[in-house]
Amino acid sequence: MTRPEETHVSSTETDPPVSSDPSGAAPVSTPLLSADDVRVAFSAGFAPGGTAGTAHAVDGVNLDVGHGEIIALVGESGCGKTTLARVLLGLERPTGGQVVFEGAPLGYRSRALKSYRRRVQLVQQDPTGSLNPRRTVYESVAEGLRVHRGTTADEAERVGEALARAGLRPADRFFARYPHELSGGQRQRVVIAGALVLEPEVLVADEPVASLDASVRGEILRLLLELRRDLGLSALVATHDLGLAWNIADRVAVMYLGRVVELGSVEDVLSAPAHPYTRALLSVLPDAPSEEGPVVLSGEPPDPKRVPGGCRFHPRCPILASGEAERAGVAERCRTEDPRILPGGDERRVACHWAAADDEGRLPVV
Amino acid sequence: MTDLDPRPSPAAPVPSPRALARRRRQRALGRFARSYAHNRAGMFGLLSLLVIATAALTAPMFIEQSHLSITGAPGQPYEPPSAEYPLGTDNFGRSVLDLIIWGARVSLAVGLLATVVSVTLGTVIGITAGHFGSSGGTGGRIASTVLMRITDWFLVLPTLVLAVALAAVLPGGTGTIVVAIGLTVWPPTARLVRAQTLAVEARPYVERARALGGGHTHVMLWHVLPNVMPVVLAQTTLLVATSIIAESTLAFLGMGDPTTISWGGILEAARTAGAVSAGIWWYMVPPGLAIAVVALSFTLCGRAVESVINPRLRENR
Repeated sequence: MTRPEETHVSSTETDPPVSSDPSGAAPVSTPLLSADDVRVAFSAGFAPGGTAGTAHAVDGVNLDVGHGEIIALVGESGCGKTTLARVLLGLERPTGGQVVFEGAPLGYRSRALKSYRRRVQLVQQDPTGSLNPRRTVYESVAEGLRVHRGTTADEAERVGEALARAGLRPADRFFARYPHELSGGQRQRVVIAGALVLEPEVLVADEPVASLDASVRGEILRLLLELRRDLGLSALVATHDLGLAWNIADRVAVMYLGRVVELGSVEDVLSAPAHPYTRALLSVLPDAPSEEGPVVLSGEPPDPKRVPGGCRFHPRCPILASGEAERAGVAERCRTEDPRILPGGDERRVACHWAAADDEGRLPVV
Repeated sequence: MTDLDPRPSPAAPVPSPRALARRRRQRALGRFARSYAHNRAGMFGLLSLLVIATAALTAPMFIEQSHLSITGAPGQPYEPPSAEYPLGTDNFGRSVLDLIIWGARVSLAVGLLATVVSVTLGTVIGITAGHFGSSGGTGGRIASTVLMRITDWFLVLPTLVLAVALAAVLPGGTGTIVVAIGLTVWPPTARLVRAQTLAVEARPYVERARALGGGHTHVMLWHVLPNVMPVVLAQTTLLVATSIIAESTLAFLGMGDPTTISWGGILEAARTAGAVSAGIWWYMVPPGLAIAVVALSFTLCGRAVESVINPRLRENR
């Protein structure tokens, strides 16, 4: 996995800007959208087999999305990515903490939510399911417009524009189609057009390409990058695919069991992972540049109903198991002390007693 | 893909999107009609309904209304079937065939109106309970539970007893019968619609609609309703049969409007006139057969619609 270190708006379509603001201006300091110590707990009630209890799907997450920034939220299934995305969209109310948009906490009254939802849009995992099979492409794309301003005279024009932007051209050929007549990639473009028609500032994409095949997936990712470049769109992309994060994101947040365990720019995190969990994730990629070979995590898969005490990763941590943590003198803290919740800023951080240099999760200066 | 020109493609599509959508819908309707036409039982039901409805609607053109009154009866009492009176006459000398045809007007009208009342009620309650139960928060869940317990209460009450009680309490007349039937046969529709609503609510496009900013009304009318309509349609055709039987039962029990002629009313008149013990079969059998034929026809149509909508039922037509 190699790519240019520092890029400006590049001439090639395939390798768009990575860490620079599209306009070349300095990043604005206040984040556009941020999660502030967000917690979501689902109470499972009483269930047979002793599975009752409270599932801490998201257990204290700070995350900032800046203007024109693409953030990848990576982690295995069930780590809370989707729940966090839903919270950021206001679809789920956090049981603790808050969502902050443009410096103001998100209100949950229906009017506040409605105006918020003009500016932050969702792209779902499964494009087939996210389009009503009884609605034409035109109706599905116009849906957002009709919700917010009723049927207007320029509706057809705006729908056509959004479809064209999403790469469905000529747009009017798609107007009367039904979702089942389109390919998966086209459906996902329709979903994206439906989000774009409201001219949002943030796109929250939950596994946007997980159900698409490799060639289509590349096209959709390129589309997201183009949108960022042309419209200055920010995006939060939840994914389990590290390659995807590498290709489109500026920053990566690695989630494990409801917490962000590592945060930083995509180059830093993916080429020099600090957290043992990130290392394990990267080591099993086919082209991983690993010295130690693939690290297969042992132990039970994590259960958000039974978050282990101490560091939540310690029962599966290869560093602790191999005795390396013991040698570094942090093994006791790993078992008993929960690492601090990482702040959400631009800085590189890791929630690990072994890897971090201080309590704030900063890395040791090499 | 390389063309990044944000301008729309020429935004003057020759046919407007709405016209295109309408054309698509017409074509879908054509497909539905063709696939319905393959169902022989359904076609039989539809045909017999058409014949009965045409006869009922055009009845005033070939039946002298004065012949239907007791005083203007044209024949002798209890004439057996003959060329002049194909189904004989009743105890006043009226033609039973004329009574049956005239009775179809009230029976069909009441059956259809009661169905409209109950299907509307069932659909509204079903969608409301389903929608707020799945996405209305705690308050919505409580409201949904209350609605469904009310539905259950109506479901366990014997329909006929309730209808009789309602018909007795409300002022007499055909409207009362419609309301009494409509208020008693809706619970199964509500349950069915609620189940379908829950299935639709779980689909990602409902979440997308909410993320787009759509409120409860938007989700219910734009997404849920079109998706429960096929079920409602099939349920409607099946309910008409139930409603017609209920109307006949009420009329037979003497709860109907005595001034109108309906199939149940004819049966009741036959019973009070002693047609059963006297063996006047042509007074008893035709109205009963008429009820059975109409109920069967509606059921056949309903089953056919159901099988067209739900292809899994298609094998056992």
